[in-house]
Amino acid sequence: MDRAFFEQLAMPLFDQLYNHARWITGDRIDAEDLVQETYAKALKGFAAFAEGTNIRAWMFRILRNTFLTSRSGLAAQRTEYLEDEVGNAEEAVAHAVTPELILMRSQNEQALFAALESLPVNYRQIILLCEVEEMSYREIAQVLDVPLGTVMSRLSRARAGLREALGADVPEEVR
Amino acid sequence: MMPCGQDHEILAAYLDGEVQAEQGNALEQHLRTCTECAAEVASALSVRRAMRAAKTRFTPSAQFRQKIQSQIAPKRRSFRSFGFLPIAMAAVAILVVALVLTRQNTLQGDAFREVADLHTGDLASANPYDVVSSDRHTVKPWFQGHIPFAFNLPEFAGTEFTLLGGRLVYLHQQPTAQVVVGMRQHKISILIAQDSPALATAFPLSTGVDVRDSFNVETWSNHGLRFFVIGDADETGIQHLAQALQSANP
Repeated sequence: MDRAFFEQLAMPLFDQLYNHARWITGDRIDAEDLVQETYAKALKGFAAFAEGTNIRAWMFRILRNTFLTSRSGLAAQRTEYLEDEVGNAEEAVAHAVTPELILMRSQNEQALFAALESLPVNYRQIILLCEVEEMSYREIAQVLDVPLGTVMSRLSRARAGLREALGADVPEEVR
Repeated sequence: MMPCGQDHEILAAYLDGEVQAEQGNALEQHLRTCTECAAEVASALSVRRAMRAAKTRFTPSAQFRQKIQSQIAPKRRSFRSFGFLPIAMAAVAILVVALVLTRQNTLQGDAFREVADLHTGDLASANPYDVVSSDRHTVKPWFQGHIPFAFNLPEFAGTEFTLLGGRLVYLHQQPTAQVVVGMRQHKISILIAQDSPALATAFPLSTGVDVRDSFNVETWSNHGLRFFVIGDADETGIQHLAQALQSANP
Protein backbone atom coordinates (compact mmCIF):
# COMPACT_ATOMS: atom_id res chain seq x y z
CA MET A 1 0.00 0.00 0.00
CA ASP A 2 1.37 3.36 -0.99
CA ARG A 3 0.74 5.96 1.71
CA ALA A 4 2.20 8.75 -0.37
CA PHE A 5 -0.16 7.97 -3.22
CA PHE A 6 -3.11 7.80 -0.86
CA GLU A 7 -2.15 11.15 0.62
CA GLN A 8 -1.87 12.64 -2.85
CA LEU A 9 -5.34 11.38 -3.81
CA ALA A 10 -7.23 11.84 -0.59
CA MET A 11 -5.93 15.05 0.95
CA PRO A 12 -7.36 17.35 -1.76
CA LEU A 13 -10.80 16.16 -0.60
CA PHE A 14 -10.16 17.14 3.00
CA ASP A 15 -12.00 20.50 3.04
CA GLN A 16 -14.97 19.08 1.14
CA LEU A 17 -15.27 16.05 3.40
CA TYR A 18 -15.01 18.15 6.53
CA ASN A 19 -17.63 20.63 5.34
CA HIS A 20 -19.95 17.76 4.46
CA ALA A 21 -19.33 16.00 7.77
CA ARG A 22 -20.11 19.20 9.64
CA TRP A 23 -23.36 19.62 7.74
CA ILE A 24 -24.56 16.11 8.44
CA THR A 25 -23.42 15.86 12.07
CA GLY A 26 -24.12 19.47 12.99
CA ASP A 27 -21.23 19.52 15.42
CA ARG A 28 -17.51 20.31 15.20
CA ILE A 29 -16.23 17.50 17.42
CA ASP A 30 -18.48 14.91 15.76
CA ALA A 31 -17.41 16.13 12.33
CA GLU A 32 -13.73 15.86 13.22
CA ASP A 33 -14.22 12.36 14.61
CA LEU A 34 -16.09 11.37 11.48
CA VAL A 35 -13.48 12.74 9.10
CA GLN A 36 -10.65 11.20 11.09
CA GLU A 37 -12.29 7.79 11.07
CA THR A 38 -13.08 8.12 7.38
CA TYR A 39 -9.44 8.73 6.54
CA ALA A 40 -8.30 5.88 8.80
CA LYS A 41 -10.72 3.47 7.14
CA ALA A 42 -9.89 4.69 3.65
CA LEU A 43 -6.17 4.28 4.28
CA LYS A 44 -6.76 0.79 5.59
CA GLY A 45 -8.93 -0.16 2.64
CA PHE A 46 -6.92 1.68 0.01
CA ALA A 47 -5.62 -1.56 -1.48
CA ALA A 48 -9.21 -2.32 -2.51
CA PHE A 49 -9.63 1.03 -4.23
CA ALA A 50 -9.47 0.55 -7.99
CA GLU A 51 -7.22 3.16 -9.50
CA GLY A 52 -8.85 5.25 -12.17
CA THR A 53 -12.26 5.00 -10.51
CA ASN A 54 -13.84 7.87 -8.69
CA ILE A 55 -11.93 8.59 -5.47
CA ARG A 56 -14.39 11.29 -4.43
CA ALA A 57 -17.43 8.99 -4.53
CA TRP A 58 -15.38 6.32 -2.77
CA MET A 59 -14.35 8.61 0.09
CA PHE A 60 -17.84 10.09 0.48
CA ARG A 61 -19.23 6.59 0.62
CA ILE A 62 -16.87 5.65 3.43
CA LEU A 63 -17.83 8.84 5.23
CA ARG A 64 -21.51 8.06 4.82
CA ASN A 65 -21.15 4.48 6.10
CA THR A 66 -19.02 5.63 9.00
CA PHE A 67 -21.62 8.24 9.88
CA LEU A 68 -24.44 5.70 9.92
CA THR A 69 -22.66 3.68 12.62
CA SER A 70 -21.43 6.69 14.60
CA ARG A 71 -23.04 8.03 17.74
CA SER A 72 -24.65 11.00 16.01
CA GLY A 73 -25.66 8.85 13.05
CA LEU A 74 -27.38 6.30 15.24
CA ALA A 75 -29.08 9.06 17.18
CA ALA A 76 -30.37 10.54 13.93
CA GLN A 77 -31.72 7.17 12.86
CA ARG A 78 -33.60 6.82 16.13
CA THR A 79 -35.31 10.17 15.85
CA GLU A 80 -35.77 10.52 12.11
CA TYR A 81 -37.15 8.42 9.34
CA LEU A 82 -34.15 7.49 7.23
CA GLU A 83 -36.13 5.49 4.73
CA ASP A 84 -38.10 6.73 1.80
CA GLU A 85 -41.47 5.45 2.92
CA VAL A 86 -43.08 8.82 3.48
CA GLY A 87 -45.96 9.63 1.14
CA ASN A 88 -46.25 12.31 -1.44
CA ALA A 89 -44.48 15.30 0.06
CA GLU A 90 -45.14 17.52 -2.94
CA GLU A 91 -48.86 17.60 -2.42
CA ALA A 92 -48.50 18.82 1.11
CA VAL A 93 -46.27 21.68 -0.01
CA ALA A 94 -48.02 22.70 -3.16
CA HIS A 95 -50.69 24.83 -1.53
CA ALA A 96 -48.76 26.74 1.06
CA VAL A 97 -45.51 27.57 -0.69
CA THR A 98 -45.39 29.44 -3.95
CA PRO A 99 -42.32 29.58 -6.18
CA GLU A 100 -42.29 33.34 -5.66
CA LEU A 101 -41.99 32.89 -1.91
CA ILE A 102 -39.14 30.40 -2.37
CA LEU A 103 -37.42 32.77 -4.75
CA MET A 104 -37.55 35.51 -2.15
CA ARG A 105 -36.58 33.41 0.86
CA SER A 106 -33.66 31.72 -0.85
CA GLN A 107 -31.98 35.10 -1.15
CA ASN A 108 -31.59 35.01 2.61
CA GLU A 109 -28.63 32.78 3.36
CA GLN A 110 -29.50 32.38 7.04
CA ALA A 111 -33.03 31.27 6.21
CA LEU A 112 -31.78 28.83 3.59
CA PHE A 113 -29.20 27.28 5.90
CA ALA A 114 -31.71 27.05 8.74
CA ALA A 115 -34.16 25.30 6.42
CA LEU A 116 -31.47 22.88 5.26
CA GLU A 117 -30.48 22.15 8.86
CA SER A 118 -34.07 21.43 9.80
CA LEU A 119 -34.31 18.58 7.28
CA PRO A 120 -33.82 14.92 8.28
CA VAL A 121 -30.20 13.99 7.68
CA ASN A 122 -30.94 11.77 4.67
CA TYR A 123 -32.65 14.62 2.89
CA ARG A 124 -30.03 17.15 3.93
CA GLN A 125 -27.27 14.90 2.69
CA ILE A 126 -28.72 14.18 -0.74
CA ILE A 127 -29.31 17.88 -1.39
CA LEU A 128 -25.72 18.60 -0.37
CA LEU A 129 -24.35 15.85 -2.62
CA CYS A 130 -26.37 17.07 -5.59
CA GLU A 131 -26.28 20.84 -5.30
CA VAL A 132 -23.19 21.57 -3.24
CA GLU A 133 -20.85 18.76 -4.27
CA GLU A 134 -22.45 18.77 -7.74
CA MET A 135 -22.36 15.01 -8.05
CA SER A 136 -24.18 13.21 -10.86
CA TYR A 137 -27.07 10.90 -9.94
CA ARG A 138 -24.76 7.99 -10.67
CA GLU A 139 -22.15 9.24 -8.20
CA ILE A 140 -24.82 9.88 -5.58
CA ALA A 141 -26.11 6.34 -6.08
CA GLN A 142 -22.57 5.08 -5.42
CA VAL A 143 -22.15 7.18 -2.30
CA LEU A 144 -25.50 6.25 -0.77
CA ASP A 145 -25.43 2.70 -2.10
CA VAL A 146 -28.98 2.94 -3.46
CA PRO A 147 -30.43 2.46 -6.97
CA LEU A 148 -30.70 5.43 -9.33
CA GLY A 149 -34.49 5.47 -8.95
CA THR A 150 -34.13 5.97 -5.22
CA VAL A 151 -31.75 8.87 -5.81
CA MET A 152 -34.40 10.60 -7.93
CA SER A 153 -37.30 10.01 -5.57
CA ARG A 154 -35.36 10.86 -2.44
CA LEU A 155 -33.97 13.99 -4.02
CA SER A 156 -37.45 15.02 -5.02
CA ARG A 157 -38.78 14.54 -1.49
CA ALA A 158 -35.78 16.29 -0.02
CA ARG A 159 -36.33 19.33 -2.23
CA ALA A 160 -40.01 19.38 -1.41
CA GLY A 161 -39.05 19.30 2.26
CA LEU A 162 -36.62 22.14 1.76
CA ARG A 163 -39.25 24.24 -0.01
CA GLU A 164 -41.66 23.58 2.79
CA ALA A 165 -39.10 24.48 5.44
CA LEU A 166 -38.17 27.64 3.56
CA GLY A 167 -41.77 28.68 3.17
CA ALA A 168 -42.96 27.70 6.62
CA ASP A 169 -40.40 29.72 8.47
CA VAL A 170 -42.04 33.08 9.06
CA PRO A 171 -45.85 33.03 9.32
CA GLU A 172 -46.89 31.06 12.40
CA GLU A 173 -50.17 29.81 10.96
CA VAL A 174 -48.44 27.89 8.17
CA ARG A 175 -46.65 25.62 10.62
CA MET B 1 -47.88 16.41 -10.40
CA MET B 2 -48.35 20.05 -11.13
CA PRO B 3 -51.64 21.32 -12.55
CA CYS B 4 -50.22 21.33 -16.08
CA GLY B 5 -49.43 17.65 -15.71
CA GLN B 6 -45.68 18.10 -15.80
CA ASP B 7 -43.80 15.57 -13.68
CA HIS B 8 -41.89 17.40 -10.96
CA GLU B 9 -39.12 14.81 -10.76
CA ILE B 10 -38.38 15.03 -14.47
CA LEU B 11 -38.20 18.80 -14.30
CA ALA B 12 -35.67 18.54 -11.45
CA ALA B 13 -33.68 15.92 -13.33
CA TYR B 14 -33.60 18.25 -16.32
CA LEU B 15 -32.10 21.01 -14.16
CA ASP B 16 -29.58 18.51 -12.83
CA GLY B 17 -28.51 17.73 -16.41
CA GLU B 18 -29.81 14.19 -16.09
CA VAL B 19 -32.40 13.79 -18.85
CA GLN B 20 -31.98 12.56 -22.40
CA ALA B 21 -31.88 14.94 -25.31
CA GLU B 22 -35.39 14.33 -26.61
CA GLN B 23 -36.92 14.73 -23.20
CA GLY B 24 -34.84 17.87 -22.66
CA ASN B 25 -36.05 19.40 -25.90
CA ALA B 26 -39.65 18.62 -25.05
CA LEU B 27 -39.22 20.22 -21.63
CA GLU B 28 -37.67 23.35 -23.08
CA GLN B 29 -40.64 23.58 -25.40
CA HIS B 30 -43.00 23.19 -22.46
CA LEU B 31 -41.21 25.79 -20.34
CA ARG B 32 -41.68 28.37 -23.06
CA THR B 33 -45.43 28.17 -22.73
CA CYS B 34 -46.07 27.10 -19.13
CA THR B 35 -45.61 29.99 -16.70
CA GLU B 36 -46.18 27.74 -13.70
CA CYS B 37 -43.29 25.46 -14.58
CA ALA B 38 -41.11 28.40 -15.56
CA ALA B 39 -41.66 29.95 -12.11
CA GLU B 40 -40.86 26.58 -10.58
CA VAL B 41 -37.59 26.46 -12.50
CA ALA B 42 -36.70 30.02 -11.54
CA SER B 43 -37.17 29.30 -7.85
CA ALA B 44 -35.25 26.00 -8.07
CA LEU B 45 -32.36 27.79 -9.76
CA SER B 46 -32.32 30.54 -7.18
CA VAL B 47 -32.17 27.99 -4.36
CA ARG B 48 -29.36 26.25 -6.18
CA ARG B 49 -27.41 29.46 -6.61
CA ALA B 50 -27.84 30.37 -2.96
CA MET B 51 -26.85 26.85 -1.96
CA ARG B 52 -23.34 27.38 -3.29
CA ALA B 53 -22.48 29.24 -0.11
CA ALA B 54 -23.02 25.97 1.77
CA LYS B 55 -19.90 24.61 0.13
CA THR B 56 -17.51 26.69 2.16
CA ARG B 57 -19.59 27.26 5.26
CA PHE B 58 -17.38 25.11 7.48
CA THR B 59 -13.62 25.03 7.21
CA PRO B 60 -11.44 22.65 9.19
CA SER B 61 -8.90 24.13 11.58
CA ALA B 62 -5.23 24.04 10.60
CA GLN B 63 -4.63 21.94 13.68
CA PHE B 64 -7.09 19.29 12.60
CA ARG B 65 -5.68 19.22 9.08
CA GLN B 66 -2.23 18.64 10.56
CA LYS B 67 -3.57 15.83 12.69
CA ILE B 68 -5.05 13.98 9.71
CA GLN B 69 -2.04 14.71 7.57
CA SER B 70 0.34 13.19 10.11
CA GLN B 71 -2.02 10.26 10.58
CA ILE B 72 -1.92 9.28 6.93
CA ALA B 73 1.45 10.64 5.82
CA PRO B 74 4.26 8.19 5.12
CA LYS B 75 6.15 7.54 8.33
CA ARG B 76 9.24 9.70 8.52
CA ARG B 77 11.92 9.32 11.17
CA SER B 78 12.37 12.24 13.48
CA PHE B 79 15.90 13.50 13.86
CA ARG B 80 14.90 16.32 16.13
CA SER B 81 16.23 14.70 19.30
CA PHE B 82 19.72 14.38 17.85
CA GLY B 83 22.31 17.14 17.73
CA PHE B 84 23.30 16.77 14.07
CA LEU B 85 20.39 18.63 12.54
CA PRO B 86 22.22 19.85 9.40
CA ILE B 87 23.29 16.33 8.47
CA ALA B 88 19.81 15.06 9.10
CA MET B 89 18.38 17.77 6.89
CA ALA B 90 20.78 16.93 4.10
CA ALA B 91 19.83 13.27 4.39
CA VAL B 92 16.16 14.12 4.23
CA ALA B 93 16.77 16.31 1.20
CA ILE B 94 18.52 13.48 -0.63
CA LEU B 95 15.76 11.10 0.37
CA VAL B 96 13.10 13.46 -0.94
CA VAL B 97 14.88 13.90 -4.27
CA ALA B 98 15.27 10.13 -4.58
CA LEU B 99 11.62 9.58 -3.72
CA VAL B 100 10.48 12.16 -6.23
CA LEU B 101 12.61 10.60 -8.94
CA THR B 102 11.38 7.06 -8.32
CA ARG B 103 7.82 8.33 -8.09
CA GLN B 104 8.11 10.07 -11.44
CA ASN B 105 9.53 6.96 -13.04
CA THR B 106 6.77 4.72 -11.79
CA LEU B 107 4.21 7.34 -12.71
CA GLN B 108 5.40 7.49 -16.30
CA GLY B 109 5.45 3.72 -16.55
CA ASP B 110 1.90 3.38 -15.26
CA ALA B 111 0.51 6.52 -16.74
CA PHE B 112 -0.97 5.07 -19.89
CA ARG B 113 -2.38 2.20 -17.91
CA GLU B 114 -4.63 4.75 -16.23
CA VAL B 115 -5.88 5.90 -19.63
CA ALA B 116 -6.32 2.31 -20.76
CA ASP B 117 -8.18 1.46 -17.53
CA LEU B 118 -10.64 4.27 -18.10
CA HIS B 119 -11.25 2.95 -21.59
CA THR B 120 -11.71 -0.69 -20.53
CA GLY B 121 -13.69 0.38 -17.46
CA ASP B 122 -16.22 1.73 -19.90
CA LEU B 123 -16.34 -1.50 -21.90
CA ALA B 124 -16.82 -3.58 -18.77
CA SER B 125 -19.55 -1.48 -17.19
CA ALA B 126 -23.21 -2.42 -17.60
CA ASN B 127 -24.24 1.22 -17.43
CA PRO B 128 -21.28 2.90 -19.02
CA TYR B 129 -22.52 6.39 -19.88
CA ASP B 130 -23.71 9.37 -17.92
CA VAL B 131 -25.18 10.77 -21.10
CA VAL B 132 -26.33 8.41 -23.83
CA SER B 133 -26.81 9.94 -27.24
CA SER B 134 -25.63 9.69 -30.79
CA ASP B 135 -26.13 13.42 -31.19
CA ARG B 136 -23.08 15.56 -30.54
CA HIS B 137 -25.39 18.50 -29.78
CA THR B 138 -26.62 16.56 -26.77
CA VAL B 139 -23.35 15.17 -25.51
CA LYS B 140 -21.45 18.43 -25.68
CA PRO B 141 -23.89 20.56 -23.64
CA TRP B 142 -24.16 17.85 -21.03
CA PHE B 143 -20.45 18.14 -20.39
CA GLN B 144 -20.67 21.90 -20.11
CA GLY B 145 -22.56 21.47 -16.87
CA HIS B 146 -20.10 18.95 -15.51
CA ILE B 147 -16.57 19.97 -16.46
CA PRO B 148 -14.78 23.29 -16.14
CA PHE B 149 -13.83 23.59 -19.83
CA ALA B 150 -15.38 23.37 -23.27
CA PHE B 151 -14.50 21.40 -26.39
CA ASN B 152 -16.01 20.63 -29.78
CA LEU B 153 -16.98 17.29 -31.21
CA PRO B 154 -16.82 16.67 -34.96
CA GLU B 155 -19.89 15.72 -36.98
CA PHE B 156 -20.04 11.91 -36.95
CA ALA B 157 -22.99 11.46 -39.30
CA GLY B 158 -21.82 10.00 -42.61
CA THR B 159 -18.46 8.87 -41.22
CA GLU B 160 -17.28 5.45 -40.15
CA PHE B 161 -17.81 6.53 -36.53
CA THR B 162 -20.94 6.59 -34.37
CA LEU B 163 -21.22 8.54 -31.18
CA LEU B 164 -22.31 6.26 -28.32
CA GLY B 165 -22.24 8.50 -25.27
CA GLY B 166 -20.16 10.25 -22.69
CA ARG B 167 -19.39 10.27 -19.02
CA LEU B 168 -17.42 12.17 -16.46
CA VAL B 169 -14.28 10.38 -15.26
CA TYR B 170 -11.17 11.31 -13.33
CA LEU B 171 -7.79 11.09 -14.98
CA HIS B 172 -4.92 11.83 -12.69
CA GLN B 173 -7.47 13.28 -10.25
CA GLN B 174 -8.68 15.79 -12.81
CA PRO B 175 -12.23 15.93 -14.09
CA THR B 176 -12.12 14.49 -17.59
CA ALA B 177 -14.65 14.17 -20.37
CA GLN B 178 -14.86 10.67 -21.79
CA VAL B 179 -16.66 10.37 -25.10
CA VAL B 180 -17.12 6.89 -26.51
CA VAL B 181 -17.31 6.37 -30.24
CA GLY B 182 -18.07 3.15 -32.06
CA MET B 183 -16.30 2.07 -35.21
CA ARG B 184 -17.65 -1.20 -36.63
CA GLN B 185 -17.11 -3.72 -33.79
CA HIS B 186 -14.65 -1.49 -31.97
CA LYS B 187 -15.13 1.08 -29.28
CA ILE B 188 -12.83 4.06 -29.08
CA SER B 189 -12.57 6.42 -26.12
CA ILE B 190 -11.84 10.10 -26.43
CA LEU B 191 -10.56 11.57 -23.17
CA ILE B 192 -10.30 15.32 -22.74
CA ALA B 193 -8.85 17.05 -19.68
CA GLN B 194 -7.28 20.37 -18.84
CA ASP B 195 -3.56 20.20 -19.44
CA SER B 196 -1.41 20.67 -16.34
CA PRO B 197 2.27 20.20 -15.50
CA ALA B 198 1.39 16.99 -13.63
CA LEU B 199 -0.49 15.65 -16.63
CA ALA B 200 2.29 16.65 -19.00
CA THR B 201 4.88 14.77 -16.92
CA ALA B 202 2.70 11.71 -16.51
CA PHE B 203 1.67 11.46 -20.14
CA PRO B 204 4.39 12.52 -22.54
CA LEU B 205 3.08 13.77 -25.87
CA SER B 206 3.26 11.30 -28.71
CA THR B 207 3.78 11.87 -32.39
CA GLY B 208 1.24 9.78 -34.22
CA VAL B 209 -0.28 6.57 -32.95
CA ASP B 210 1.46 4.60 -30.20
CA VAL B 211 0.82 1.05 -29.13
CA ARG B 212 0.30 0.70 -25.36
CA ASP B 213 -1.00 -2.40 -23.62
CA SER B 214 -2.18 -3.62 -27.02
CA PHE B 215 -4.27 -0.47 -27.48
CA ASN B 216 -3.60 2.16 -30.08
CA VAL B 217 -3.27 5.57 -28.49
CA GLU B 218 -2.83 9.03 -29.89
CA THR B 219 -2.47 12.03 -27.60
CA TRP B 220 -1.93 15.70 -28.20
CA SER B 221 -2.30 19.02 -26.48
CA ASN B 222 -4.10 22.06 -27.85
CA HIS B 223 -5.00 25.41 -26.25
CA GLY B 224 -4.59 24.09 -22.73
CA LEU B 225 -6.59 20.93 -23.33
CA ARG B 226 -5.14 17.46 -23.45
CA PHE B 227 -6.71 14.93 -25.80
CA PHE B 228 -6.37 11.15 -25.83
CA VAL B 229 -7.83 8.81 -28.40
CA ILE B 230 -7.55 5.17 -27.34
CA GLY B 231 -9.03 1.92 -28.55
CA ASP B 232 -8.44 -1.47 -30.09
CA ALA B 233 -9.37 -0.18 -33.53
CA ASP B 234 -6.59 -0.18 -36.11
CA GLU B 235 -4.05 2.58 -36.40
CA THR B 236 -5.82 4.27 -39.31
CA GLY B 237 -9.12 4.36 -37.42
CA ILE B 238 -7.52 6.03 -34.41
CA GLN B 239 -5.73 8.43 -36.72
CA HIS B 240 -8.91 9.41 -38.57
CA LEU B 241 -10.76 10.08 -35.35
CA ALA B 242 -7.84 12.09 -33.99
CA GLN B 243 -7.74 14.17 -37.17
CA ALA B 244 -11.49 14.81 -37.05
CA LEU B 245 -11.14 15.98 -33.44
CA GLN B 246 -8.19 18.16 -34.27
CA SER B 247 -10.03 19.93 -37.03
CA ALA B 248 -13.07 20.39 -34.76
CA ASN B 249 -10.79 22.01 -32.16
CA PRO B 250 -8.43 24.10 -34.25
